[in-house]
Amino acid sequence: MIIKIQKYNLSHIFDRLKSSHKLIGPKIENNAIILSEIEFHDIPAGYRDQQSPGCYKLKQGENAEVFSFSPGPDSFKRFLHPPFAEIFRFEKSKKGITISPSNSDEKPFAFIGIRACDISAMKLYDRVFSGEHIRDKTYESLRKNCFIMAVNCIYPGDNCFCQSIGTGPEVKDYFDIVITEIRDSFILETGTVAGERLLTGLQQDRVNDNDMKERNESIQRCGKAMKKAIKFDELPWLIYRNLEHPRWAEIEKRDLECGNCTQVCPTCFCNSSYDLVSLSGVLKKSEGLSGVRIRAWDSCFSKNFARVHGGNFRPSRKARYRQWMSHKLAYTFEQFGLPGCVGCGRCITWCPVGIDITHELEALRNAR
Amino acid sequence: MKKPKIGIFKFASCDGCQLSILNLEDEILDFIELFDISYFREASDSPLKGQFDIAIVEGSISAERQRQDIMDIRERSRRLITIGACATSGGLQALRNLASLSSYKQYVYPSPDFIDALPASTPISEHVFVDYELWGCPINKEAMVETMVSFLIGKRPGIPKYSLCMDCKGKGIPCLLVTNGEPCLGPITKTGCGVLCPSFGKACYGCFGPKEEANIESLLKQFQDMGLTQNECIQLLDKMNTYAYRKVRLEGR
Repeated sequence: MIIKIQKYNLSHIFDRLKSSHKLIGPKIENNAIILSEIEFHDIPAGYRDQQSPGCYKLKQGENAEVFSFSPGPDSFKRFLHPPFAEIFRFEKSKKGITISPSNSDEKPFAFIGIRACDISAMKLYDRVFSGEHIRDKTYESLRKNCFIMAVNCIYPGDNCFCQSIGTGPEVKDYFDIVITEIRDSFILETGTVAGERLLTGLQQDRVNDNDMKERNESIQRCGKAMKKAIKFDELPWLIYRNLEHPRWAEIEKRDLECGNCTQVCPTCFCNSSYDLVSLSGVLKKSEGLSGVRIRAWDSCFSKNFARVHGGNFRPSRKARYRQWMSHKLAYTFEQFGLPGCVGCGRCITWCPVGIDITHELEALRNAR
Repeated sequence: MKKPKIGIFKFASCDGCQLSILNLEDEILDFIELFDISYFREASDSPLKGQFDIAIVEGSISAERQRQDIMDIRERSRRLITIGACATSGGLQALRNLASLSSYKQYVYPSPDFIDALPASTPISEHVFVDYELWGCPINKEAMVETMVSFLIGKRPGIPKYSLCMDCKGKGIPCLLVTNGEPCLGPITKTGCGVLCPSFGKACYGCFGPKEEANIESLLKQFQDMGLTQNECIQLLDKMNTYAYRKVRLEGR
């Protein structure tokens, strides 16, 4: 189903969706566009963000479009794979160990204005946490019944390169509804029955050939306007051939290892688990002890991450940066059959010293 | 089970970290139930005697007498934990490590001869073996509890040594350095404060000291590109963890 609505009518869709879902979308906070639970008026319509390596500036632009901005530091990851999550509670006693999973019975999320790059990342997440080998209960309970209201990008962000990977800017699948902005209207396409049901009975206009032409052209224009690119067809071999390239040592000099890139990356899923036991949890030690198992975001840039009994797989900064980039651009294909980099450019913008993954990949091509 | 015996000691410091033990409030009664606090000057005047299962040490070594005392405490204790920036990195008073003792002594004190101080203020780990370090100015009381619980149940404390940025991003705070161009020490600083300053829109000034393998040089270069002078950059490091930051910076060169 493809329909056209007046822009203000989007608020009616919000109202309908609100009864069943928690609406997660873009909102301005502390000079950046973040994701949080929103109302229709929170959408930073008309804003533009200027991004360069290590720099982000939000400007109230002249743009007439509602979805004129590009993604900020947040992605769906914050909601489906929370930075800090209680997995289960445990109680050890003479009788044995009881484990009770921590469930939330909150409304499922509706992701408003999610872009093609993040949808590709979500596909990867589904394979990682809900694939053939691992069924992660915490992820699955948060992912279940999520509603995806995607947006086709009509302007690229300054550090975007999804076009060169093929993960954007057009949302091709995995959506309930996808919005494309043309002049004073939104074209809405549905991808699921849930999407169709939401739009039924809404005040709408007919979509004509001209509208579709405009839709296609604006997405194409966005793809062509991207300033960054990687040579995707050379992967993963460009990485595999260059594991000993001297460039890694040069990156090491600038690399802060602060982990910002991994935290903003929509595909980085690495995490660590640990147990929290309070003093009162130990007090009952004659009978046992009680506590919670926590799962928190971690990063391959944390030295502790690859530490095992007797040593560390990646003892140097160089080795850790190489692991990060190689996982994104090479190993993920083999592990999950999908790219580990979706071209959103977040790691470039949010790196305090502006290390640019597209430049570093290009540098590997150069002679040693 | 016999309660582990604890001694809480203090050297050159402000007492703030010991206070965070007293500030445990909700947990202080559980704490007393689980541990036998047999020496704690901040809270009681029972004299120093016997052995300890755990010595908790605040403050830096700043005078000859303290150097003797810490060795005595180490000998009495099965485990030794240092708490706070002074004990782990020399504290604010380690600013004097960069100057000559005799020259400023006469500017500060009317009778400098009475001052019996070592030329440098140094962390406890430069004098005796330390089993575990809790960084921060002051320490985080949750980390204190986690450390004590870990001792009781025989696990490694779950206290991360990665950067503040990791937790700052986890909390969803847009980066102050990237969005506002503020010189924030987050990328080179250990997490642990609960992202206190950035939560209120203030750049990190390094209460928890350098993170593991901090790349200080690269961050300072970025600050200089943003317009700070070299002097201003160094001054950012010269606070309560000055000695640790400077040491890591030299080692990284």
